[in-house]
Order: sequence, then C-alpha cells, then structure tokens
Amino acid sequence: MSIYIVKRMVLAFLLLIIISLITFAFINLSPLNPAVVVLQAQGIPDTTEELIRQTEQQFGLDRPFFVRYLDWGMACLQLDFGHSYVTNQPVWSTLGPAFVNTFKLTLVSSIAIMIVSVVLGVICALQVGKKVDKTVRGIAFILTAMPSYWLAALMIWYFSVKLDWLPTSGMDSYRSYILPVLIITISYAGIYFRNVRSSMLSNMNKDYVLYGRASGLKESVVMMHILRNSLQVAISIFCMAIPIILGSTVVIENVFAWPGLGSLSIRAILSRDFPVIQAYVLILAISFVIFNAISDMINAAMNPRLRNGL
Amino acid sequence: MNILEVEQLSIWDQHSGKALVHDSSFQLRKGSCLAIVGESGSGKSLTCRALTRLNPKSLAQSGKIVFKGIDLTTLSEAEIRQKRGKEIAMIMQNGMSAFDPSCVVGVHFRETLGQHLGWKRRVADDHMIKAMERVMLQKPVELLRKYPHELSGGMLQRMMIALAIVLEPDLIIADEPTTALDTISQYEVIQQFLLLRQTIGSSMIFVSHDLGVVRQIADEVLIMRSGEIVERGTTHHIFTNAQHEYTRYLMATRATLSDHFRQLMEGS
Amino acid sequence: MNIWSNLRHDRIGMLSLVTVIAVIVIGICAPIIAPHDPLTVNMSLRYNGSTWSYWLGNDQLGRCILSRLIYGIRPSILLVLWILLISIGIGTALGFIAGYFKSKVDAWIMRICDIMLSFPGYVMTLAIVGILGVGLENIVIAFILTKWAWFARVIRTSVMQYTELDYIRFAKASGISNWHIIRRHVVPVTFADLTVIASSSIGSMILQISGFSFLGLGIQAPHAEWGMMLNEAREVMFTRPEMMLAPGIAIIIMVSAFNFLADALQVALDPRLHQSASTYTSSKKWQVRI
Repeated sequence: MSIYIVKRMVLAFLLLIIISLITFAFINLSPLNPAVVVLQAQGIPDTTEELIRQTEQQFGLDRPFFVRYLDWGMACLQLDFGHSYVTNQPVWSTLGPAFVNTFKLTLVSSIAIMIVSVVLGVICALQVGKKVDKTVRGIAFILTAMPSYWLAALMIWYFSVKLDWLPTSGMDSYRSYILPVLIITISYAGIYFRNVRSSMLSNMNKDYVLYGRASGLKESVVMMHILRNSLQVAISIFCMAIPIILGSTVVIENVFAWPGLGSLSIRAILSRDFPVIQAYVLILAISFVIFNAISDMINAAMNPRLRNGL
Repeated sequence: MNILEVEQLSIWDQHSGKALVHDSSFQLRKGSCLAIVGESGSGKSLTCRALTRLNPKSLAQSGKIVFKGIDLTTLSEAEIRQKRGKEIAMIMQNGMSAFDPSCVVGVHFRETLGQHLGWKRRVADDHMIKAMERVMLQKPVELLRKYPHELSGGMLQRMMIALAIVLEPDLIIADEPTTALDTISQYEVIQQFLLLRQTIGSSMIFVSHDLGVVRQIADEVLIMRSGEIVERGTTHHIFTNAQHEYTRYLMATRATLSDHFRQLMEGS
Repeated sequence: MNIWSNLRHDRIGMLSLVTVIAVIVIGICAPIIAPHDPLTVNMSLRYNGSTWSYWLGNDQLGRCILSRLIYGIRPSILLVLWILLISIGIGTALGFIAGYFKSKVDAWIMRICDIMLSFPGYVMTLAIVGILGVGLENIVIAFILTKWAWFARVIRTSVMQYTELDYIRFAKASGISNWHIIRRHVVPVTFADLTVIASSSIGSMILQISGFSFLGLGIQAPHAEWGMMLNEAREVMFTRPEMMLAPGIAIIIMVSAFNFLADALQVALDPRLHQSASTYTSSKKWQVRI
C-alpha cells in the first residue's frame, strides 16, 4: 500500500512539473510581446521601444526562458504568482480568496452530486426496468441536454425574480448556494447516477451475490455487499467530480456573479492579464492532479486487487 | 426414501416467453448422489438454482419441488432463506468470483454461520478452522484473513466444502465445481467431495459436463439437453448401456478428452 | 454490417437522424431559407410577439429571431461538426500510428495524450483563449487541441485490440504492406467505435461551444449564434424572460437529437445492447463530458 502511494505521488509530482512548464511556456508562446500587453492593459496608448524595454526590465521579461521559469516556479511555491498587469496587485491577493469561494461551491456541489447520484443510482438499479427507473432516466436524459446556464437563468427568473425566494446573485448566505449547487448537481448527477446504477447492476449479477443468497444470507446483508462494491464508484465519482467542477464552474459563476475563480478568469482573459491566467491554469491543473491522485489512492485502498497490481 | 422429488419443473424467460427447462421430473434418494450432465446451456444450472428459487426474477418457474416432505415452491421468502445454506448448500463453479472481492473470505463464513447458527465470530472461526483442516487446507487461520484474489480456485472451492461440513446440510448442490480447476486441483476437490459424503452423509446433486468425474462420484445420472432430460439411470447403466444417441455421443467425446484425468483418478 | 437496417427500425433514432439532417441542410441553405436578414435592426419591432412575417417574433433590437436561429445553426452546429471532424482526423491518425506500430512511437504519443488529458478541458480552453485572445477562431483552435488526445487514445485502444486478431497478424506475417492492412482491414472495424464516440461527443461539444459564446469568449456580436443569443437575452432576463426560450430550446432539441442518435447508433452497431436496454438507456461508455 505504502509503495503504491509513493509511486502515485512521484507520478503526480512529475506531472506537476510538466504542467507548470507547459503553463509557463504557453504564456510565452503568445503572439504578443508581454511587455506590450502590460502597457496596453495599463491603458498606455503609445508603446515606444523605450517604454517596452523599461517594462521588460520592470517585470523581468528580458531574461532567458529557463531562468524566468525557475524563478517563476520557485515563486509559485511560495504562492507568489507575480503582479497583475491590470491592477498591479499581487495575483494571489485576488486569486486566493476567489479559489476559496470556488472551492466552497465545488465541495458543496460534489457532496450533493454524490448523494443524489448514489440515491438515484441505487433506486434505479433496484427498480430496473420499472416505471421509476424509466422516469428517472428519461428526466436525466433531458436535463443533461440542457445548457446549464440556460437552466440557471430560468431558475433565477422563477425562484428569485418571480417568487423572490432566493438571491439572484452573489455569495451572501447559505441561501446563495441553493441555486448554483442545484444547477451544478443537475448537470453532473444526471451522468454520474448512471455509473452508480450500472455498477450496481453489474454487481447484482456477480457470482458472490448468488453464493451469498445460496448460503441463506439475508437480502439486507447481500445488499450491503453489493453496495460496498458499487460505492467504490461513488467515491471515485466524488473525487473526480471535485477537480472537474472546479474547472467548469466558470459558466455558473458567471450567471450567478459568484466571486470565484471562474469570474476572475473571465475578467483576466478579457483584459489579457497574463499572470492571472497563468496562475489560474496552474492552480486548477495542480488541484486536478492532486485530486486525481487522491481518488486513485482511495480506490486502491477500497479495492484490494488494485493495491497489489499497481 | 426420497429426500427430494421434483415434478414437472419448467423454467422460462418472462420477457421472451422462451422455455429454458421443460417439464423436468426427477427424484433423489436420501444419501445418494445424482449427477446432472449436459453441455453448457442445457439447463443444468438453471435447474439447480430453481430448487431453492435462486434464479433471477426475469425467469419464472412452475412445478413442484418437494424437499423432506415440504413443497419448497409454497414457502415464503424468509422460510426458504432459512433452508438455503443450512439444509441445502451450494458449491459454486468458480471460487474466485464466489466471494465478495472487497472482503476477506472469512467474512462470508462468519456471516453465514452467524445467520444460521447464531455463532459469534470466535466460535464461527474455530469451527471453520477445524473444517478447513479436514479438507487439507494448510494454515487455515491465515487463509481466513486473505482476499479471494489472493487464493487459488481450488483452495476457495475447498473452503466452500469446509463451510458445508460445518453446516451439515441434508442436500449439497455442486454446480460444476471442478470445471474451472486444473487437473491436480480437480483431483483434490473430488477427493474432498467423496470425503464430504462419507462424513456428513448428505445427499448430493452434482452438475458437470465431465463424465470422468461423474463416474467417480455419482450413483445416478441425468442427461440434459436443451432444457429436457433425455436419459436417466444408474451410473453403471448409463456408462455401459446408454440408449439415447446424445448420451452415446457424450461418451465418445469423453473418451478422447479426459484420458489424462482418468489416469489420475484410476491410479489412486 | 447492416447498421442502416438496424437503425431504420429504431423510431426515436430515425426521428433524431431526420432532425439532424434537416437542421444541417437548413443551416447550409440559411440565406435561401431565412425569411429576413439576421442582422437588420428595426427598433420599431422591438420585443414583438409572433406575427405572420416574423414567426418567432423580434428581439431587443427588433431583429428576426427565426432568421437569427437559422443563421445560428452555422456556428452552433455546423462548426461543431467541423471541429469534430478535424480533431477526429488528428486523433485517428495519431491513434492509428500509435496502436499499429506500437513501441516508441506509441509511448511518445501516449505520453503527450496523458499530459493533454491531465488538464480539465474547460481550463485548457480558457488557457488557450487567454493566450490567443477572444474570438470564435481561437475557441475552435482550443477545442481541436483539447479533443484530439481523447480520440487518439480511444482509437489506439481499439486498433490495438483489432491488430491482435489472428487474421491481421496473418496479413502482417505474409508481407502485405502496412497501408493496405490498415485501409482494408483495420479501418472498417475501428469505424464502429469511432462512430459511437464521435456521435456521443457532439452533444456535449454543442453545449460547451454555446457556453463559451454565452460567456462572451466566442463569437462576437452582432453575429447570430445560439449561445450568443442567450447572452444577449440575459441582459433583459428580468423584464423579457421569454427571449431566452427560442435559442435555449433549439440547443436542447439538437443536443437531445444527437444524444438519441448516438445511442441508436451504438445499438445499431452492437445489437446485443438492445436486449438489455431500450434506446435512450444504453450505457454511454464513450460519453465525453468535459
């Protein structure tokens, strides 16, 4: 087990180095000279050679690529992602709180998604082919075909404007969570509950279930074994959902004016604020790698066969 | 005296209405061993599972199954559950998949023994360990703490037999218990089956398509094909004086296939 | 393979196929079919309901909503099909090379795929748009760059599986040229897998592209695109919520049609699935969500 964890960590670490290098190179691949971007972002109309060179020196843009990468990498480890081209503030001072806000939304949504997927998946598997199963799957099919932002807008109009039950936007109280979490849950649970359902169904047909029944075990005991094996899927869904939602709350955050990474990144992209974009991509990539590694490890812990295999 | 009488057992698929087992009737004398022989898909396994109503809900069955004077088809779900394992035990074909892969194998034994005999963990383990020693399993204490994938098919098969020894059922249904094993393990498992019959004196239904094994263990033989019983008789009768063309065909193919195995069996 | 005859008996599948083809044709012939110019502003017709000359009414600038929907097919649907085609092209080529020749080439291509896939798709797209700037072309580039790796991996697996088959090995051993084997033997069998993954990823791609337009990162006003129309409608959401309906429903219909079609194709290509699952239920093992 411990060897597996070490292996997985080394792999994750290597991946992080590669990702950081790519992230850094990406920005330098941009067709625009960053110095020009800085000047434009600060609203300086005339970009003379002199001014560009000054800016390059000020932001350290004139040094060789790898020197800058190493500097940047070391700084990133201390959460120093440089200064925003637009506001001149340290990137982390805006990115940090935004990350926390997005993470809160993601965590609540992931829990909701896991609960909904497991409950629906188990119910549908137990009622397979019956009315409940067909109805749930039909509704899920339609819901996953809906653009989430469209559904969000309709819900804001109905629940917040027409009925005035919930806030339209922002992040003021627990009530602000209800609609965004609902929308995110709808768009992902519709997919994940199928995984739980099919995993339940395949487990129900396994030999160990037959042997359990043939040995006279109570249906509830047999069901616990089925759940135990099927819920591995649920756990890995939960771990996988966190990084995916973290990266795709952009649209939902935008609709609900959630003060998180999504809103921040859109603003940064529209104003071409490279250090912010860079930090955003890096942070999400890191969380993606970390959560994937965690979900692999949890899976291994729950599945004794994987433990020896990898 | 017959311990089991099956009358006009039919099994069919509820969706398509396709008949899978058609009007099977057979009897099992107390203490004897009946072999059901046939190719895969002939309905042998379905018949076995139908005895304790273990087939999936999509399959329907009709007919009478009288076990120790009680028609099992009239029992409630809770009543038949008490018979499963305790009075009618099952030995599965593939030991590797017969145990929950995420639990150590001991869990299954404890749950089963706790269910039927109300034993606590310590008592259940003690009995299992003794039974495992009797089926020649080395280091039984450690084995109980292993996951199914860490053990071999033959070992798991013998552990299922050990469980049957502890439970002392009146009837053991063994569904192709030797098919998934290599020749050596097959030999060992068959020895354990013979021992099992001697020690607890239970009746047995032994499903197989391997006639070499059947000849060793069975008193009577049923030959099934496409859901119907095509021939029946004592083992001696079937092996020397088969009437049905299909039975003779099985005999002919068996002679070429299981030479090696027969050598092993007869050499002992 | 008798995909067609299998598909023909699937009513929902056929309906979806007809819808998809009809919409594609309408999109291609937009200038002929659309009743009005999608960009003509007529402030006197603002928020008009449905009339004989404007079936779906007019938007906040008095433009014909139906015409905008019809022109919107081009960036919303046809463009997605193009992106899919190109990324499948790249993915297939690399997947074939990796799966067929194996060894070092395979290892390298797969490492690159691993890295590409280790980024969440949304983040990757945002990063690329962030570097290259806002605009539909950049979204297209970002999509192609993020999707090919996925296809390459699936194709590789499927090619590997088939090249292990005896008749392909035999062909290799008897000295038939690689190209010939790929073209005559491997392509036809991997085609099935390809169809299924391609058709089932269209739905989510339509949703994503419209999502980026909705955020204002894709196509720029005044051009008509369904996500863009929703973006414009959002500004008047509190007073005129009905503006959200037409483009939203258009997206739902198209995504559902493609999803139904994907399931129907999967069943048509592998009829065994049909017994265990009715049309919209088959397990979407290839579903590409992000």
